[in-house]
Amino acid sequence: MAYASGVDVGSTQTKAVVVDEDGHIVARALTDTGANVVQAAEKAFGIALKDGDLREEEVEYVIGTGYGRYKVSFGNTQVTEISCHARGAVHMFPETRTVIDMGGQDTKAIRVSEDGEIVDFCMNDKCAAGTGRFLGAASSALDIPLGELGSTALRGERPVKISTTCTVFAESEVLSWLGKGKKIEDILLGVHKSIAARSTGLARRVGVEEQVTFTGGVAKNEAMIDTLNERLGVEVNVSDDSHFMGALGAALFGLDHILASRFPGKAKVAS
Amino acid sequence: MTNQTESIVGRGNKDGAMLFRKWFQELTDFAEAGTPGAYVFVMGSLTELLRTFDFPIVFPEINSLQTAVRRAADDYLNEAEDYGYSPDICGYVKADVTTQLRKGKLPMGRIPKPGVAVYTNACNTYIKWAEIWERMHGIDSFCLDVPGTRYEGGATWHGDPVFENDRKFVEAQLRELIPVCEKASGKKFDIDRLRETMRHANTMSRAWKRIIELNQATPSLFNALSDGTIFLGVANGLRGTEAGAQYFEDLVEEMEYKAANGIGTLTDEQYRLVFVGVPCYPIFRRFTELFTDWGGTFVNSTYLWFASGGSNIGYEYDLDNPIESLAEGLLINVRDAMDSMFFPTEMLSNMIDDFQVDGVVYHPIKSCRTTSTGMADNRRALMEKRDVPSLFIESDMMDKRVVSEAQMKNRVDAFFEGLASRKSKVAV
Repeated sequence: MAYASGVDVGSTQTKAVVVDEDGHIVARALTDTGANVVQAAEKAFGIALKDGDLREEEVEYVIGTGYGRYKVSFGNTQVTEISCHARGAVHMFPETRTVIDMGGQDTKAIRVSEDGEIVDFCMNDKCAAGTGRFLGAASSALDIPLGELGSTALRGERPVKISTTCTVFAESEVLSWLGKGKKIEDILLGVHKSIAARSTGLARRVGVEEQVTFTGGVAKNEAMIDTLNERLGVEVNVSDDSHFMGALGAALFGLDHILASRFPGKAKVAS
Repeated sequence: MTNQTESIVGRGNKDGAMLFRKWFQELTDFAEAGTPGAYVFVMGSLTELLRTFDFPIVFPEINSLQTAVRRAADDYLNEAEDYGYSPDICGYVKADVTTQLRKGKLPMGRIPKPGVAVYTNACNTYIKWAEIWERMHGIDSFCLDVPGTRYEGGATWHGDPVFENDRKFVEAQLRELIPVCEKASGKKFDIDRLRETMRHANTMSRAWKRIIELNQATPSLFNALSDGTIFLGVANGLRGTEAGAQYFEDLVEEMEYKAANGIGTLTDEQYRLVFVGVPCYPIFRRFTELFTDWGGTFVNSTYLWFASGGSNIGYEYDLDNPIESLAEGLLINVRDAMDSMFFPTEMLSNMIDDFQVDGVVYHPIKSCRTTSTGMADNRRALMEKRDVPSLFIESDMMDKRVVSEAQMKNRVDAFFEGLASRKSKVAV
């Protein structure tokens, strides 16, 4: 059995995935990136090997992706997370035409063709508005763990209007709404709606076409899914492995390399 | 490598750099002698006319971008902002404001103070910029109102009453400009000298058009982004001079030689690209490498069009009717330069096949609304018209504070991954 791995070194967290030659995920790992990017990549890969009960030499090809992709020192090559998220999303949901990936510091919208090729993409530019960091600021201001933000926001009924697009100022705006006596759940719902508005703006720039697949760490947040659905007017696809979609795409590109070397001309085209 | 190859290939870059340095040394000498200059812009510079009055010609846009290329822009921008200019306005303007505050001092020499400013409405910032010189130096400035194309594809030509009216409108303004120049220079207008500078400009325009056309060759003969910028420096700074005309004739010879012998750039050409907009000068070399590292070469660029003042179309003056023809040339060239910024879709679409273009790179810049506003719409229009991949990356032509290399690289890499995948599928 051939195995390939993808290691997605993001700004906040590092993810690793191992796939078998049928493209099934057999192992996954998640760890904080921290200051030592090389170590984070090694750690994630090590955890994934343990998770899949695999030895390092069994994994024939490793691809690094994410901002720290060039720091995956044990990797064979690198592919951008834009290509990897698209590949992972189409693998999970073959009818995907639009991908919205929301990560710690960037949000990207990708449009893919019927055959899974990237037609266009768009990302937030040197500003963390509309990204997971925006939620982090709210979490810190309201002293609510990140994992509880979504469920709390869903209890909101009268969302406040978060007018700032700056993540730094968002924190003070959240505090000012608290000062005005607004309920925490209404403030959080407002925060989610604000992020959804920014991300759907990106998506509309590349052109929203069904089906839409939502990937990245923030895709675990149920309020984010709801607000995106409402804003886009469609039900977005969300996989249990949405957080690992970049690493999965990278692993699939790695698998292409393995299969191409064994069966020239038969494998999917990789990077 | 034969002796002939050795003497011709790369000559344009070497001679261009040498002429540029010489031009700047002359400007420094004029500045030290206290001779005032004519301040002009790349779109509608009218150097053909201004040279007849012996003005040293100063291009503030070129000076400003040089501060970025020489990694001194931060200092210039900060000083202008300390002086009171907003971070949001044109970086070229701010670097020039600091240059004026520093009495013309620049990393590559010194420029004379202005004696007169001559400009057109091709860029709305030109007008406010010249007002700064008026206030700082108490000089006369002269704005020529050049009518643009009314709508995409709506350019009019000889015989059309709209064209004739536009031409007469520009000619009337030129006739008003001549006494202004006479006053500022203290010299009488000499129409035969004008014929001479126009003759040199004709040689240059004819050659420039040919050089761009020659880059249809495979592999491409020059990189429109990096080499092209050297050519542009001469096209602007030495327009209307014998040295400038000779340089461009030599450049044609070099490019024809390269085309005949299949000699390309140093890049192993895998992808042929077109660049739309103004380059990222604060990290100019690295910016180019983001593309060449993938085997991407720029075979053409809208920058070569509008930053040469539209001379890429090869318009040649009628030397028997200098003033009338100068007006017509100014109208046609400036109009085309504006079209290159505002209506580039048809032009880009038409060249995709001839230049065998694999992708188009749109580069809006934060501090230039003129070239960047509408770029997203233009890109969408091209994508609807032609099945050609395109990339949209934003940075700046001056301000490193808004240039994020890591983010740009991410997008550029993803673009090439897409191009590679597309090419492989075509091959299958």
